[in-house]
Amino acid sequence: MAERFDAIVVGAGPAGSAAALSLARRGFSTLLVERGRAPGTKNMFGGRIYAWPLFEVVPEWAKDCPVERSVTREAMYFLTEDASLGITFESARLGQGRGASFTAVRSTFDAWLAKKAEAAGATLVTGIRVDDLWRESGRVCGVVSGGDDRVGADLVVIAEGATSTLVRRAGLKADLEPREVSVGVKETIELPPETIQERFGVGESEGVAAVYAGHASRGLRGGGFLYTNKASVSLGLVVSSEDLSARKVSIEDLQTTFRMHPAIQRLVSGGTVVEYSAHLVPELGATMRPELVGDGVLVAGDAAGFLINNGYTFRGVDLAIASGAAAAEAAEAARAAGGMSAANLAAYEAALRKRNVTTDLERFARAPLYLKNARLFDLYPRLLIDVAERMYRVDGSGKDRLADLVLERAKSGDVPKLRLLLDLLAGARSM
Amino acid sequence: MCIKQVPKAEELQVDPKTQTLKRVGVPSEINPPDANALEIALQLKDRHGSEVVVLSMGPTSFDESLERSIGMGADRAVLLTDRILGGSDTVPTAYALSETIAKIGGYDLILCGEETTDASTGHVGPGIAGHLDIPQVTYASEVRVADGRIRARRTAEDGTEWWEVRMPCLVTVNFGCNGPRQPTLSGKIRVKRGGVIAHWSCADVGIDPKKVGLLNSPTIVAKVDTVRLPPRAGKFFAGEPADAVRRLLEALRADGVLP
Repeated sequence: MAERFDAIVVGAGPAGSAAALSLARRGFSTLLVERGRAPGTKNMFGGRIYAWPLFEVVPEWAKDCPVERSVTREAMYFLTEDASLGITFESARLGQGRGASFTAVRSTFDAWLAKKAEAAGATLVTGIRVDDLWRESGRVCGVVSGGDDRVGADLVVIAEGATSTLVRRAGLKADLEPREVSVGVKETIELPPETIQERFGVGESEGVAAVYAGHASRGLRGGGFLYTNKASVSLGLVVSSEDLSARKVSIEDLQTTFRMHPAIQRLVSGGTVVEYSAHLVPELGATMRPELVGDGVLVAGDAAGFLINNGYTFRGVDLAIASGAAAAEAAEAARAAGGMSAANLAAYEAALRKRNVTTDLERFARAPLYLKNARLFDLYPRLLIDVAERMYRVDGSGKDRLADLVLERAKSGDVPKLRLLLDLLAGARSM
Repeated sequence: MCIKQVPKAEELQVDPKTQTLKRVGVPSEINPPDANALEIALQLKDRHGSEVVVLSMGPTSFDESLERSIGMGADRAVLLTDRILGGSDTVPTAYALSETIAKIGGYDLILCGEETTDASTGHVGPGIAGHLDIPQVTYASEVRVADGRIRARRTAEDGTEWWEVRMPCLVTVNFGCNGPRQPTLSGKIRVKRGGVIAHWSCADVGIDPKKVGLLNSPTIVAKVDTVRLPPRAGKFFAGEPADAVRRLLEALRADGVLP
């Protein structure tokens, strides 16, 4: 007799655990299967989580959620080889209530969320890779692992992350194309909490989220990020995999150059790199989404391409959690309608829309295409820093007015004025 | 099926003060030869449809290995766990386990690993067979059931021997004679559903407290030596890479490492 559940969720990341928790709470007997030895050991992210979907999934989250630091300062920097130009934003309202965001470590955050799913009644099994979907006459009716070990379910939720093979096996998506993914790398650099507080000018529970453009990726499409944890800094890059292979650049070299940049080095010097990780990042947002439902199957989180990178915010975990909650809502609607057919599970679209997951994805759908514009990552950062240098450098050789400086740079032939205007316009519209 | 949980071989540490093996806070595993014996038990179950009961004696942290055994396909497990068993050497252990096996009852075949990686005595299996007064085959690499008897291939110093014994009997299994299977999803679900591991105390089994524990163990540990590696010279060849390599090669030649 094969084991059976109402629902099986594959992957105990934020999407999977949120789905399992919400399904269990709605009375589904739920199995949550994780490939890693423990939740949070096989995945990675930059380092920040927007809290809003936690208010629905774990209303009491603030009580015991393993928050590293609340993000109280946002920053954006443009880098050249030896200079940096930044914009920072601080406000007492930033990070309050539903708008809160915090830095976290996946091994503790994912373990915490999976525990909540278990507490809600889901059965968590770790150390098992699901190899295939169990299908009978075109309909998904469970999972297959370890050869021919079958476990049955009315619904399988695929929450396997960016490189999901089950999405392809379910026939919901074609193979990944290089243009659909970026490569993310991250170093965790240990520093004493006092050093972090001193260098970043933050309090004990406060933290910084910063993004970097320009020389961070040596002009390749992509950018850098830095997040402060309690006793470490997460420093990394997300770079177009197409550019990496076309320019034959190794991402480790890029990461080293980034870390050695004077503006970064003074923040992390003396720290110890205790962890290095890399992962694929789904990059095309709304344009790469697979079919979200099939008969007896539904896709959530990164596996569904739920990621927004609009240049100033990177969102993945919040969309994952929200999509997990939406999956459970759809499952309940389908159960009420008589079964887990694709037609009944179509309620998933409305549940995602209600949580603004797909609406936000569509709103920023053009951002990934805009961010493919190479001038943003090479030319414009250099231009900005050049202007800044002329603005602030007083050496007795005579000064120009600001407007003249900008016009002179624009005239110098690096970039036609019209091109610049069009890029600005496209940027404003896609962001 | 008797198993012991041992510190992972690559993590073995000797406490420099007490000169004994550190067992707390180090990663553990099923004693590797026991895992080979379990694989044989599960293969016999696959072929003949028997029930596999796993037995261990130790603290409740041993549940980890019992859970793994059930994940691999064993049907249920018993852990004999009691403070008064602490410090038992192989004599009380064989006695306590044989009493527990008698209480479980209904067995045709008892399987053990040839020895444990943390003590390497190989006493316990034969000790159990002695207490239960049943035939035994040690150091087996293959076990078959034929005509109501057990046939086991025993590894001898100068070859192999095939032994045929009546059931019930006990067989100890060679380390590395097979590749133990991985736990399955269905197996791990059975563990999570619960009710498959029983904890028994000495009183539950009817074990005589005067025959177990440190005081009733005849072994005396006279001395444990740690082999110390000679210190390394730790010479650094700093400077320009080409020059540093040249000087390193010279030094290696001078020491006779390179011709």
